[in-house]
Amino acid sequence: MTQMLSVENVSVAYGKVEAVRNVSLSVEQGQIVTVIGPNGAGKTTLLMAAIGLLKSTGRMVFQGADLARIDVEGRVERGLCLVPEKRELFADMSVADNLLLGTYSLRDRSTTRKSLDDVFDRFPRLKERSKQAAGTLSGGERQMLALGRALMAKPKLLVLDEPSLGLAPLIVREIFRTIASLRSLGVSVLLVEQNARAALETADYGYVLETGEIIQSGPADTLIHDPKLIAAYLGGH
Amino acid sequence: MTADIAAILAIDGIATGAVYALVAIGTVLIFTVTRVIFIPFGDIAAFTALTLAALDAKQLPGTVGLVVVLACMACAMEVVALARAGELRAVPKAVFGYLMLPLIVVGIVWLTMRFNPPMPVRIVLALLLIMPIAPLLDRIVFRPIADASVLLLLTVSVALHFALVGLGLLFFGPEGVRTEPLTSMAIEIAGVHVSGQTVLILTAALVFSGLLFAFFDFTLIGKALRATALNRTGARLMGIRPARAGTIAYLLGSLMAGVSGVLIAPVNTIFYDSGFLLGLKAFVGAIVGGMASYPGAALGAFGVGIIESFASFQSSTLKDVIVFSLLIPILLWRSLASQHSEEEVEE
Repeated sequence: MTQMLSVENVSVAYGKVEAVRNVSLSVEQGQIVTVIGPNGAGKTTLLMAAIGLLKSTGRMVFQGADLARIDVEGRVERGLCLVPEKRELFADMSVADNLLLGTYSLRDRSTTRKSLDDVFDRFPRLKERSKQAAGTLSGGERQMLALGRALMAKPKLLVLDEPSLGLAPLIVREIFRTIASLRSLGVSVLLVEQNARAALETADYGYVLETGEIIQSGPADTLIHDPKLIAAYLGGH
Repeated sequence: MTADIAAILAIDGIATGAVYALVAIGTVLIFTVTRVIFIPFGDIAAFTALTLAALDAKQLPGTVGLVVVLACMACAMEVVALARAGELRAVPKAVFGYLMLPLIVVGIVWLTMRFNPPMPVRIVLALLLIMPIAPLLDRIVFRPIADASVLLLLTVSVALHFALVGLGLLFFGPEGVRTEPLTSMAIEIAGVHVSGQTVLILTAALVFSGLLFAFFDFTLIGKALRATALNRTGARLMGIRPARAGTIAYLLGSLMAGVSGVLIAPVNTIFYDSGFLLGLKAFVGAIVGGMASYPGAALGAFGVGIIESFASFQSSTLKDVIVFSLLIPILLWRSLASQHSEEEVEE
Protein backbone atom coordinates (compact mmCIF):
# COMPACT_ATOMS: atom_id res chain seq x y z
CA MET A 1 0.00 0.00 0.00
CA THR A 2 1.27 3.46 -0.87
CA GLN A 3 1.05 6.30 1.56
CA MET A 4 -1.45 9.05 0.82
CA LEU A 5 -0.86 11.42 3.68
CA SER A 6 1.63 11.26 6.47
CA VAL A 7 1.57 13.66 9.37
CA GLU A 8 4.72 13.65 11.51
CA ASN A 9 5.00 15.40 14.87
CA VAL A 10 2.65 18.17 13.90
CA SER A 11 1.82 20.87 16.44
CA VAL A 12 -0.59 23.76 16.02
CA ALA A 13 -0.77 26.72 18.37
CA TYR A 14 -3.21 29.60 18.76
CA GLY A 15 -0.83 32.20 20.15
CA LYS A 16 0.77 30.52 23.15
CA VAL A 17 -1.87 27.82 23.52
CA GLU A 18 -0.99 24.58 21.77
CA ALA A 19 -4.22 23.05 20.51
CA VAL A 20 -2.50 20.10 18.81
CA ARG A 21 0.75 18.61 20.17
CA ASN A 22 3.12 16.28 18.34
CA VAL A 23 0.46 14.43 16.43
CA SER A 24 1.55 11.78 13.94
CA LEU A 25 -0.79 9.78 11.78
CA SER A 26 -0.94 8.34 8.31
CA VAL A 27 -3.54 7.51 5.69
CA GLU A 28 -2.81 4.78 3.12
CA GLN A 29 -4.19 4.71 -0.40
CA GLY A 30 -7.85 3.69 -0.46
CA GLN A 31 -8.09 3.66 3.32
CA ILE A 32 -10.71 5.32 5.51
CA VAL A 33 -9.03 6.66 8.62
CA THR A 34 -10.93 8.29 11.43
CA VAL A 35 -9.86 10.59 14.24
CA ILE A 36 -12.31 10.48 17.14
CA GLY A 37 -12.31 12.40 20.36
CA PRO A 38 -14.36 14.73 22.52
CA ASN A 39 -15.27 18.35 21.84
CA GLY A 40 -12.25 20.65 22.01
CA ALA A 41 -9.71 17.86 21.56
CA GLY A 42 -8.19 19.67 18.58
CA LYS A 43 -9.71 17.58 15.81
CA THR A 44 -10.85 20.48 13.63
CA THR A 45 -7.57 22.33 14.32
CA LEU A 46 -5.64 19.32 13.04
CA LEU A 47 -7.66 19.25 9.82
CA MET A 48 -7.33 23.00 9.29
CA ALA A 49 -3.56 22.55 9.53
CA ALA A 50 -3.66 19.62 7.10
CA ILE A 51 -5.45 21.69 4.45
CA GLY A 52 -3.20 24.70 5.12
CA LEU A 53 -5.70 27.15 6.62
CA LEU A 54 -3.73 27.12 9.90
CA LYS A 55 0.05 27.31 10.32
CA SER A 56 1.68 24.28 11.90
CA THR A 57 5.08 22.94 12.83
CA GLY A 58 6.23 19.43 12.01
CA ARG A 59 6.11 17.65 8.69
CA MET A 60 3.24 16.74 6.40
CA VAL A 61 3.71 14.76 3.22
CA PHE A 62 0.95 14.23 0.68
CA GLN A 63 1.63 11.71 -2.10
CA GLY A 64 5.35 12.17 -1.66
CA ALA A 65 5.23 15.98 -1.74
CA ASP A 66 6.17 18.02 1.33
CA LEU A 67 3.24 20.30 2.06
CA ALA A 68 5.25 22.99 3.88
CA ARG A 69 5.49 25.32 0.86
CA ILE A 70 2.18 24.44 -0.76
CA ASP A 71 -0.75 26.76 -0.04
CA VAL A 72 -4.40 25.77 0.42
CA GLU A 73 -5.19 26.18 -3.26
CA GLY A 74 -2.14 24.15 -4.27
CA ARG A 75 -3.19 21.33 -1.95
CA VAL A 76 -6.67 21.33 -3.48
CA GLU A 77 -5.13 21.18 -6.97
CA ARG A 78 -3.17 18.11 -5.88
CA GLY A 79 -6.34 16.35 -4.76
CA LEU A 80 -6.40 17.09 -1.03
CA CYS A 81 -9.93 18.35 -0.41
CA LEU A 82 -11.61 19.41 2.82
CA VAL A 83 -15.31 19.36 3.60
CA PRO A 84 -15.31 21.71 6.58
CA GLU A 85 -17.54 21.49 9.60
CA LYS A 86 -19.27 24.74 8.61
CA ARG A 87 -19.72 23.38 5.03
CA GLU A 88 -18.68 26.84 3.62
CA LEU A 89 -21.21 26.68 0.79
CA PHE A 90 -21.95 29.64 -1.49
CA ALA A 91 -25.35 30.42 -0.03
CA ASP A 92 -26.68 32.83 -2.67
CA MET A 93 -25.63 30.63 -5.58
CA SER A 94 -27.59 27.72 -6.98
CA VAL A 95 -26.93 24.11 -6.01
CA ALA A 96 -25.71 23.42 -9.56
CA ASP A 97 -23.30 26.38 -9.48
CA ASN A 98 -21.92 25.25 -6.11
CA LEU A 99 -21.24 21.83 -7.62
CA LEU A 100 -19.67 23.30 -10.78
CA LEU A 101 -17.29 25.38 -8.66
CA GLY A 102 -16.01 22.08 -7.28
CA THR A 103 -14.31 21.54 -10.65
CA TYR A 104 -12.41 24.85 -10.48
CA SER A 105 -9.16 23.20 -9.41
CA LEU A 106 -9.19 20.64 -12.25
CA ARG A 107 -7.01 21.10 -15.32
CA ASP A 108 -9.24 18.93 -17.46
CA ARG A 109 -12.92 19.79 -17.17
CA SER A 110 -14.14 17.61 -20.04
CA THR A 111 -15.71 15.19 -17.56
CA THR A 112 -17.70 17.84 -15.67
CA ARG A 113 -21.01 16.66 -17.12
CA LYS A 114 -20.36 13.07 -16.02
CA SER A 115 -19.21 14.10 -12.54
CA LEU A 116 -22.37 16.17 -12.17
CA ASP A 117 -24.53 13.20 -13.19
CA ASP A 118 -22.64 10.98 -10.73
CA VAL A 119 -23.30 13.39 -7.87
CA PHE A 120 -26.96 13.67 -8.86
CA ASP A 121 -27.22 9.84 -8.96
CA ARG A 122 -25.69 9.68 -5.52
CA PHE A 123 -27.86 12.45 -4.09
CA PRO A 124 -31.12 12.64 -6.11
CA ARG A 125 -32.32 15.32 -3.69
CA LEU A 126 -29.69 17.70 -5.04
CA LYS A 127 -30.90 17.15 -8.59
CA GLU A 128 -34.43 18.12 -7.60
CA ARG A 129 -33.09 21.29 -6.05
CA SER A 130 -30.33 22.06 -8.54
CA LYS A 131 -31.74 25.51 -9.42
CA GLN A 132 -32.42 26.47 -5.81
CA ALA A 133 -30.03 28.69 -3.83
CA ALA A 134 -27.77 26.65 -1.55
CA GLY A 135 -28.80 28.80 1.41
CA THR A 136 -32.38 27.47 1.20
CA LEU A 137 -31.39 23.84 1.72
CA SER A 138 -31.96 21.84 4.92
CA GLY A 139 -29.02 20.79 7.07
CA GLY A 140 -28.82 17.31 5.58
CA GLU A 141 -29.05 18.62 2.03
CA ARG A 142 -26.30 21.10 2.76
CA GLN A 143 -24.02 18.31 3.91
CA MET A 144 -24.85 16.35 0.75
CA LEU A 145 -24.04 19.44 -1.31
CA ALA A 146 -20.74 19.99 0.53
CA LEU A 147 -19.82 16.33 -0.06
CA GLY A 148 -20.96 16.44 -3.68
CA ARG A 149 -19.04 19.66 -4.32
CA ALA A 150 -15.87 18.07 -2.94
CA LEU A 151 -16.40 14.95 -5.09
CA MET A 152 -16.66 17.16 -8.21
CA ALA A 153 -12.98 18.02 -7.60
CA LYS A 154 -12.05 14.32 -8.02
CA PRO A 155 -10.17 14.26 -4.72
CA LYS A 156 -7.49 11.70 -3.96
CA LEU A 157 -7.87 12.26 -0.23
CA LEU A 158 -11.15 13.59 1.10
CA VAL A 159 -10.90 15.19 4.53
CA LEU A 160 -14.25 15.31 6.31
CA ASP A 161 -14.85 17.39 9.42
CA GLU A 162 -17.84 16.20 11.47
CA PRO A 163 -20.03 15.26 8.51
CA SER A 164 -22.79 14.01 10.82
CA LEU A 165 -22.93 17.07 13.07
CA GLY A 166 -26.47 18.27 13.72
CA LEU A 167 -28.12 15.88 11.28
CA ALA A 168 -31.09 13.57 11.76
CA PRO A 169 -30.20 9.87 12.31
CA LEU A 170 -31.60 8.79 8.94
CA ILE A 171 -29.47 11.36 7.12
CA VAL A 172 -26.43 10.41 9.20
CA ARG A 173 -26.80 6.82 7.99
CA GLU A 174 -27.02 8.00 4.39
CA ILE A 175 -23.92 10.16 4.74
CA PHE A 176 -21.90 7.31 6.26
CA ARG A 177 -23.09 4.94 3.54
CA THR A 178 -21.77 7.45 1.01
CA ILE A 179 -18.44 7.69 2.81
CA ALA A 180 -18.08 3.89 2.87
CA SER A 181 -18.85 3.74 -0.86
CA LEU A 182 -15.93 6.08 -1.62
CA ARG A 183 -13.61 3.11 -1.05
CA SER A 184 -14.74 1.58 -4.33
CA LEU A 185 -13.87 4.85 -6.12
CA GLY A 186 -10.33 4.61 -4.77
CA VAL A 187 -10.74 7.80 -2.74
CA SER A 188 -8.95 7.81 0.60
CA VAL A 189 -10.78 9.43 3.48
CA LEU A 190 -9.64 11.16 6.65
CA LEU A 191 -12.73 11.43 8.81
CA VAL A 192 -13.06 13.43 12.01
CA GLU A 193 -16.13 12.59 14.07
CA GLN A 194 -17.76 12.94 17.45
CA ASN A 195 -20.11 10.13 16.50
CA ALA A 196 -17.41 7.60 17.37
CA ARG A 197 -19.45 4.46 16.84
CA ALA A 198 -20.58 5.33 13.31
CA ALA A 199 -17.07 6.52 12.46
CA LEU A 200 -15.37 3.34 13.68
CA GLU A 201 -17.95 1.16 11.94
CA THR A 202 -17.10 2.86 8.64
CA ALA A 203 -13.34 3.27 9.01
CA ASP A 204 -10.40 0.90 8.56
CA TYR A 205 -8.15 2.53 11.11
CA GLY A 206 -8.74 4.91 13.99
CA TYR A 207 -6.92 7.42 16.17
CA VAL A 208 -8.19 8.81 19.46
CA LEU A 209 -7.36 12.47 20.05
CA GLU A 210 -7.64 13.94 23.55
CA THR A 211 -6.53 17.44 24.62
CA GLY A 212 -4.41 17.79 21.51
CA GLU A 213 -2.58 14.45 21.72
CA ILE A 214 -3.11 11.04 20.19
CA ILE A 215 -3.67 8.73 23.13
CA GLN A 216 -4.58 5.56 21.28
CA SER A 217 -4.69 4.14 17.77
CA GLY A 218 -5.41 0.86 16.06
CA PRO A 219 -7.58 -0.95 13.49
CA ALA A 220 -11.13 0.32 13.75
CA ASP A 221 -12.65 -3.09 14.55
CA THR A 222 -10.26 -3.45 17.50
CA LEU A 223 -10.95 0.03 18.83
CA ILE A 224 -14.67 -0.49 18.65
CA HIS A 225 -14.37 -3.39 21.14
CA ASP A 226 -11.94 -1.63 23.47
CA PRO A 227 -13.61 -1.50 26.90
CA LYS A 228 -12.01 1.83 27.84
CA LEU A 229 -13.21 3.49 24.62
CA ILE A 230 -16.64 1.96 24.99
CA ALA A 231 -16.91 3.56 28.40
CA ALA A 232 -15.61 6.95 27.22
CA TYR A 233 -17.08 7.44 23.75
CA LEU A 234 -19.27 4.59 22.65
CA GLY A 235 -21.88 4.99 25.36
CA GLY A 236 -21.47 1.46 26.82
CA HIS A 237 -23.24 -1.65 25.57
CA MET B 1 -39.74 74.77 -14.74
CA THR B 2 -41.79 73.56 -17.69
CA ALA B 3 -42.39 69.95 -18.65
CA ASP B 4 -40.06 70.38 -21.63
CA ILE B 5 -37.19 71.49 -19.48
CA ALA B 6 -37.88 68.74 -16.98
CA ALA B 7 -37.77 66.15 -19.77
CA ILE B 8 -34.48 67.50 -21.06
CA LEU B 9 -33.01 67.54 -17.56
CA ALA B 10 -34.24 64.00 -16.92
CA ILE B 11 -32.67 62.66 -20.12
CA ASP B 12 -29.46 64.48 -19.33
CA GLY B 13 -29.53 63.03 -15.83
CA ILE B 14 -30.11 59.51 -17.07
CA ALA B 15 -27.13 59.80 -19.41
CA THR B 16 -24.90 61.06 -16.60
CA GLY B 17 -26.32 58.37 -14.34
CA ALA B 18 -25.44 55.68 -16.88
CA VAL B 19 -21.81 56.82 -16.78
CA TYR B 20 -21.84 56.74 -12.97
CA ALA B 21 -23.55 53.33 -13.05
CA LEU B 22 -20.64 51.76 -14.95
CA VAL B 23 -18.16 53.04 -12.38
CA ALA B 24 -20.49 52.10 -9.49
CA ILE B 25 -20.80 48.51 -10.77
CA GLY B 26 -17.01 48.30 -10.96
CA THR B 27 -16.74 49.66 -7.41
CA VAL B 28 -19.15 47.03 -6.07
CA LEU B 29 -17.33 44.28 -8.00
CA ILE B 30 -13.95 45.21 -6.50
CA PHE B 31 -15.35 45.68 -3.01
CA THR B 32 -17.17 42.35 -2.85
CA VAL B 33 -14.21 40.37 -4.20
CA THR B 34 -11.32 42.15 -2.43
CA ARG B 35 -12.99 44.24 0.37
CA VAL B 36 -11.22 47.31 -1.06
CA ILE B 37 -13.33 50.42 -1.68
CA PHE B 38 -11.40 51.47 -4.76
CA ILE B 39 -11.71 55.27 -4.71
CA PRO B 40 -9.29 55.74 -7.67
CA PHE B 41 -11.81 54.26 -10.15
CA GLY B 42 -12.82 57.79 -11.12
CA ASP B 43 -9.16 58.50 -11.89
CA ILE B 44 -9.06 55.41 -14.09
CA ALA B 45 -12.04 56.80 -16.03
CA ALA B 46 -10.42 60.24 -16.34
CA PHE B 47 -7.11 58.71 -17.43
CA THR B 48 -8.94 56.78 -20.15
CA ALA B 49 -10.36 60.03 -21.49
CA LEU B 50 -6.91 61.65 -21.40
CA THR B 51 -5.40 58.60 -23.10
CA LEU B 52 -8.00 58.69 -25.85
CA ALA B 53 -7.44 62.42 -26.37
CA ALA B 54 -3.70 61.85 -26.73
CA LEU B 55 -4.30 59.03 -29.21
CA ASP B 56 -6.67 61.31 -31.16
CA ALA B 57 -3.90 63.93 -31.31
CA LYS B 58 -1.54 61.19 -32.59
CA GLN B 59 0.65 61.47 -29.50
CA LEU B 60 1.94 58.67 -27.33
CA PRO B 61 -0.27 58.98 -24.23
CA GLY B 62 1.21 59.45 -20.73
CA THR B 63 -0.49 56.20 -19.77
CA VAL B 64 2.34 54.36 -21.52
CA GLY B 65 4.87 55.75 -19.04
CA LEU B 66 2.55 55.08 -16.11
CA VAL B 67 1.98 51.46 -17.12
CA VAL B 68 5.70 50.83 -17.67
CA VAL B 69 6.64 52.31 -14.27
CA LEU B 70 3.90 50.38 -12.44
CA ALA B 71 4.76 47.15 -14.25
CA CYS B 72 8.42 47.42 -13.24
CA MET B 73 7.46 48.10 -9.61
CA ALA B 74 4.90 45.28 -9.43
CA CYS B 75 7.29 42.84 -11.09
CA ALA B 76 10.13 43.75 -8.72
CA MET B 77 7.88 43.31 -5.68
CA GLU B 78 6.58 39.97 -6.89
CA VAL B 79 10.05 38.64 -7.66
CA VAL B 80 11.39 39.74 -4.25
CA ALA B 81 8.39 38.15 -2.51
CA LEU B 82 8.90 34.88 -4.43
CA ALA B 83 12.65 34.88 -3.74
CA ARG B 84 12.01 35.34 -0.02
CA ALA B 85 9.54 32.45 -0.02
CA GLY B 86 12.12 30.33 -1.86
CA GLU B 87 9.78 29.85 -4.82
CA LEU B 88 12.24 30.70 -7.60
CA ARG B 89 10.46 28.33 -9.97
CA ALA B 90 7.51 30.73 -10.13
CA VAL B 91 9.65 33.74 -11.10
CA PRO B 92 9.39 33.40 -14.93
CA LYS B 93 5.60 33.24 -14.70
CA ALA B 94 5.55 36.34 -12.46
CA VAL B 95 7.85 38.26 -14.81
CA PHE B 96 5.58 37.35 -17.71
CA GLY B 97 2.36 38.33 -15.92
CA TYR B 98 3.53 41.52 -14.24
CA LEU B 99 6.11 42.85 -16.71
CA MET B 100 5.87 41.24 -20.14
CA LEU B 101 2.08 41.32 -20.47
CA PRO B 102 1.75 45.07 -19.73
CA LEU B 103 4.75 45.76 -22.00
CA ILE B 104 3.15 43.73 -24.78
CA VAL B 105 0.03 45.89 -24.45
CA VAL B 106 2.17 49.03 -24.63
CA GLY B 107 3.95 47.57 -27.67
CA ILE B 108 0.67 46.85 -29.43
CA VAL B 109 -0.50 50.43 -28.86
CA TRP B 110 2.81 51.86 -30.05
CA LEU B 111 2.81 49.73 -33.21
CA THR B 112 -0.85 50.32 -34.05
CA MET B 113 -0.50 54.08 -33.66
CA ARG B 114 1.93 54.17 -36.60
CA PHE B 115 -0.92 53.24 -38.96
CA ASN B 116 -3.26 56.14 -37.97
CA PRO B 117 -6.02 53.82 -36.81
CA PRO B 118 -9.67 54.93 -37.00
CA MET B 119 -11.69 56.05 -33.97
CA PRO B 120 -13.07 52.63 -32.85
CA VAL B 121 -9.55 51.15 -32.86
CA ARG B 122 -8.25 54.11 -30.85
CA ILE B 123 -10.97 53.52 -28.25
CA VAL B 124 -9.97 49.86 -27.97
CA LEU B 125 -6.31 50.89 -27.62
CA ALA B 126 -7.18 53.39 -24.86
CA LEU B 127 -9.10 50.69 -22.98
CA LEU B 128 -6.26 48.20 -23.45
CA LEU B 129 -3.77 50.71 -22.04
CA ILE B 130 -5.91 51.55 -19.03
CA MET B 131 -6.75 48.00 -17.98
CA PRO B 132 -3.36 46.97 -16.53
CA ILE B 133 -3.19 49.99 -14.16
CA ALA B 134 -5.62 48.87 -11.44
CA PRO B 135 -4.38 45.23 -11.27
CA LEU B 136 -0.77 46.49 -11.03
CA LEU B 137 -1.75 48.97 -8.28
CA ASP B 138 -3.48 46.08 -6.53
CA ARG B 139 -0.24 44.09 -6.56
CA ILE B 140 1.87 47.04 -5.40
CA VAL B 141 -0.45 48.58 -2.82
CA PHE B 142 -3.17 46.22 -1.65
CA ARG B 143 -1.70 42.70 -1.89
CA PRO B 144 0.76 43.28 0.99
CA ILE B 145 -2.14 44.34 3.27
CA ALA B 146 -4.82 42.01 1.90
CA ASP B 147 -5.87 40.81 5.36
CA ALA B 148 -6.21 44.28 6.87
CA SER B 149 -9.52 45.76 8.00
CA VAL B 150 -11.91 47.39 5.54
CA LEU B 151 -11.22 50.76 7.17
CA LEU B 152 -7.45 50.50 6.70
CA LEU B 153 -7.94 49.39 3.08
CA LEU B 154 -10.20 52.42 2.53
CA THR B 155 -7.67 54.79 4.06
CA VAL B 156 -4.94 53.42 1.81
CA SER B 157 -7.32 53.65 -1.13
CA VAL B 158 -7.90 57.37 -0.51
CA ALA B 159 -4.16 57.95 -0.23
CA LEU B 160 -3.67 56.01 -3.46
CA HIS B 161 -6.17 58.33 -5.16
CA PHE B 162 -4.11 61.39 -4.24
CA ALA B 163 -0.93 59.68 -5.40
CA LEU B 164 -2.64 58.89 -8.71
CA VAL B 165 -3.77 62.49 -9.18
CA GLY B 166 -0.13 63.52 -8.75
CA LEU B 167 0.99 60.90 -11.24
CA GLY B 168 -1.77 62.10 -13.57
CA LEU B 169 -0.35 65.63 -13.52
CA LEU B 170 3.14 64.22 -14.12
CA PHE B 171 2.19 61.97 -17.04
CA PHE B 172 -0.68 63.90 -18.69
CA GLY B 173 0.07 67.53 -17.85
CA PRO B 174 -2.38 70.17 -16.59
CA GLU B 175 -4.35 70.72 -19.84
CA GLY B 176 -7.98 69.67 -20.04
CA VAL B 177 -9.17 67.61 -22.98
CA ARG B 178 -12.40 66.96 -24.78
CA THR B 179 -12.45 64.17 -27.37
CA GLU B 180 -14.28 64.18 -30.69
CA PRO B 181 -17.98 63.32 -30.43
CA LEU B 182 -18.58 59.64 -31.09
CA THR B 183 -21.65 60.44 -33.16
CA SER B 184 -23.40 63.54 -34.44
CA MET B 185 -26.77 61.87 -34.89
CA ALA B 186 -29.79 63.00 -32.92
CA ILE B 187 -33.30 61.65 -32.53
CA GLU B 188 -36.59 63.03 -31.26
CA ILE B 189 -38.62 61.09 -28.74
CA ALA B 190 -42.07 62.54 -28.07
CA GLY B 191 -40.94 65.99 -29.10
CA VAL B 192 -37.83 65.95 -26.94
CA HIS B 193 -34.44 66.22 -28.59
CA VAL B 194 -32.13 63.34 -27.63
CA SER B 195 -28.55 63.46 -28.82
CA GLY B 196 -26.87 60.45 -30.34
CA GLN B 197 -24.26 60.67 -27.61
CA THR B 198 -26.96 60.12 -24.96
CA VAL B 199 -28.30 57.10 -26.82
CA LEU B 200 -24.79 55.77 -27.15
CA ILE B 201 -24.06 56.22 -23.45
CA LEU B 202 -27.23 54.37 -22.46
CA THR B 203 -26.59 51.58 -24.96
CA ALA B 204 -23.01 51.15 -23.83
CA ALA B 205 -24.03 51.07 -20.16
CA LEU B 206 -26.65 48.40 -20.90
CA VAL B 207 -24.36 46.32 -23.11
CA PHE B 208 -21.42 46.34 -20.72
CA SER B 209 -23.45 45.61 -17.59
CA GLY B 210 -25.24 42.89 -19.58
CA LEU B 211 -21.90 41.38 -20.60
CA LEU B 212 -20.73 41.46 -16.99
CA PHE B 213 -23.82 39.60 -15.80
CA ALA B 214 -23.47 37.05 -18.59
CA PHE B 215 -19.87 36.56 -17.48
CA PHE B 216 -21.02 35.98 -13.88
CA ASP B 217 -23.76 33.58 -14.90
CA PHE B 218 -22.23 31.51 -17.66
CA THR B 219 -18.49 31.21 -17.07
CA LEU B 220 -16.70 29.27 -14.36
CA ILE B 221 -14.33 32.20 -13.71
CA GLY B 222 -17.31 34.52 -13.30
CA LYS B 223 -18.86 32.07 -10.84
CA ALA B 224 -15.52 31.84 -9.04
CA LEU B 225 -15.56 35.64 -8.61
CA ARG B 226 -19.06 35.51 -7.13
CA ALA B 227 -18.01 32.62 -4.89
CA THR B 228 -15.01 34.61 -3.60
CA ALA B 229 -17.31 37.54 -2.86
CA LEU B 230 -19.77 35.30 -0.98
CA ASN B 231 -17.37 33.12 1.01
CA ARG B 232 -13.60 33.52 0.82
CA THR B 233 -12.77 30.41 2.83
CA GLY B 234 -15.18 28.32 0.81
CA ALA B 235 -13.67 29.67 -2.41
CA ARG B 236 -10.11 28.89 -1.27
CA LEU B 237 -11.20 25.33 -0.50
CA MET B 238 -12.28 25.04 -4.15
CA GLY B 239 -8.77 26.12 -5.20
CA ILE B 240 -9.80 29.69 -6.09
CA ARG B 241 -6.96 32.06 -5.16
CA PRO B 242 -8.37 35.33 -3.75
CA ALA B 243 -5.41 37.26 -5.22
CA ARG B 244 -6.17 35.92 -8.70
CA ALA B 245 -9.88 36.61 -8.32
CA GLY B 246 -8.90 40.14 -7.24
CA THR B 247 -6.80 40.66 -10.37
CA ILE B 248 -9.69 39.59 -12.59
CA ALA B 249 -12.08 41.85 -10.65
CA TYR B 250 -9.70 44.81 -11.09
CA LEU B 251 -9.38 44.10 -14.83
CA LEU B 252 -13.16 43.96 -15.29
CA GLY B 253 -13.75 47.00 -13.08
CA SER B 254 -11.14 48.96 -15.04
CA LEU B 255 -12.90 48.05 -18.26
CA MET B 256 -16.17 49.43 -16.86
CA ALA B 257 -14.47 52.61 -15.61
CA GLY B 258 -12.59 52.95 -18.91
CA VAL B 259 -15.79 52.70 -20.94
CA SER B 260 -17.38 55.38 -18.79
CA GLY B 261 -14.32 57.57 -19.39
CA VAL B 262 -14.63 57.12 -23.14
CA LEU B 263 -18.34 57.99 -22.97
CA ILE B 264 -17.94 61.10 -20.82
CA ALA B 265 -14.91 62.52 -22.66
CA PRO B 266 -16.81 64.13 -25.57
CA VAL B 267 -19.38 65.70 -23.19
CA ASN B 268 -17.23 67.07 -20.38
CA THR B 269 -13.77 68.59 -20.40
CA ILE B 270 -11.55 66.16 -18.49
CA PHE B 271 -8.48 67.16 -16.50
CA TYR B 272 -5.95 64.93 -14.76
CA ASP B 273 -7.90 65.39 -11.50
CA SER B 274 -11.46 65.16 -12.87
CA GLY B 275 -11.82 61.58 -11.75
CA PHE B 276 -12.41 62.27 -8.09
CA LEU B 277 -15.94 63.66 -8.39
CA LEU B 278 -16.88 60.97 -10.89
CA GLY B 279 -15.60 58.24 -8.58
CA LEU B 280 -17.22 59.79 -5.53
CA LYS B 281 -20.62 60.08 -7.19
CA ALA B 282 -20.42 56.51 -8.38
CA PHE B 283 -19.51 55.58 -4.81
CA VAL B 284 -22.68 57.28 -3.56
CA GLY B 285 -24.61 55.15 -6.05
CA ALA B 286 -22.84 52.02 -4.87
CA ILE B 287 -23.70 52.85 -1.25
CA VAL B 288 -27.40 52.99 -2.18
CA GLY B 289 -26.98 49.35 -3.18
CA GLY B 290 -25.28 48.63 0.14
CA MET B 291 -21.94 48.05 -1.66
CA ALA B 292 -23.22 44.56 -2.40
CA SER B 293 -26.00 44.74 -4.97
CA TYR B 294 -25.28 45.47 -8.64
CA PRO B 295 -28.84 46.52 -9.55
CA GLY B 296 -28.95 48.61 -6.38
CA ALA B 297 -25.70 50.34 -7.30
CA ALA B 298 -26.88 51.00 -10.86
CA LEU B 299 -30.19 52.36 -9.60
CA GLY B 300 -28.40 54.55 -7.08
CA ALA B 301 -26.07 55.86 -9.78
CA PHE B 302 -29.00 56.79 -12.03
CA GLY B 303 -30.60 58.54 -9.06
CA VAL B 304 -27.43 60.54 -8.46
CA GLY B 305 -27.26 61.49 -12.15
CA ILE B 306 -30.88 62.69 -12.26
CA ILE B 307 -30.62 64.64 -8.99
CA GLU B 308 -27.40 66.24 -10.17
CA SER B 309 -29.02 67.27 -13.43
CA PHE B 310 -31.96 68.97 -11.71
CA ALA B 311 -29.71 70.44 -9.03
CA SER B 312 -27.42 72.05 -11.60
CA PHE B 313 -30.47 73.63 -13.24
CA GLN B 314 -31.52 75.20 -9.93
CA SER B 315 -28.07 76.21 -8.80
CA SER B 316 -25.03 75.02 -10.68
CA THR B 317 -22.61 76.13 -7.97
CA LEU B 318 -24.38 74.06 -5.35
CA LYS B 319 -25.02 70.90 -7.40
CA ASP B 320 -22.29 68.84 -5.76
CA VAL B 321 -23.34 70.04 -2.32
CA ILE B 322 -26.89 68.91 -3.03
CA VAL B 323 -25.78 65.51 -4.33
CA PHE B 324 -23.46 64.76 -1.43
CA SER B 325 -25.92 66.06 1.18
CA LEU B 326 -28.21 63.30 -0.01
CA LEU B 327 -25.63 60.79 1.15
CA ILE B 328 -26.46 61.54 4.78
CA PRO B 329 -30.10 60.37 4.78
CA ILE B 330 -29.09 57.39 2.59
CA LEU B 331 -26.40 56.35 5.06
CA LEU B 332 -28.86 56.75 7.94
CA TRP B 333 -31.41 54.64 6.15
CA ARG B 334 -28.82 51.95 5.28
CA SER B 335 -27.50 51.73 8.81
CA LEU B 336 -31.04 51.37 10.17
CA ALA B 337 -32.16 48.95 7.48
CA SER B 338 -29.32 46.45 7.83
CA GLN B 339 -28.09 44.81 10.97
CA HIS B 340 -24.85 43.57 9.43
CA SER B 341 -21.57 44.51 11.00
CA GLU B 342 -19.24 46.30 8.62
CA GLU B 343 -16.38 43.92 9.04
CA GLU B 344 -17.02 40.55 7.54
CA VAL B 345 -16.25 37.71 9.91
CA GLU B 346 -13.01 36.06 8.88
CA GLU B 347 -11.78 32.71 10.02
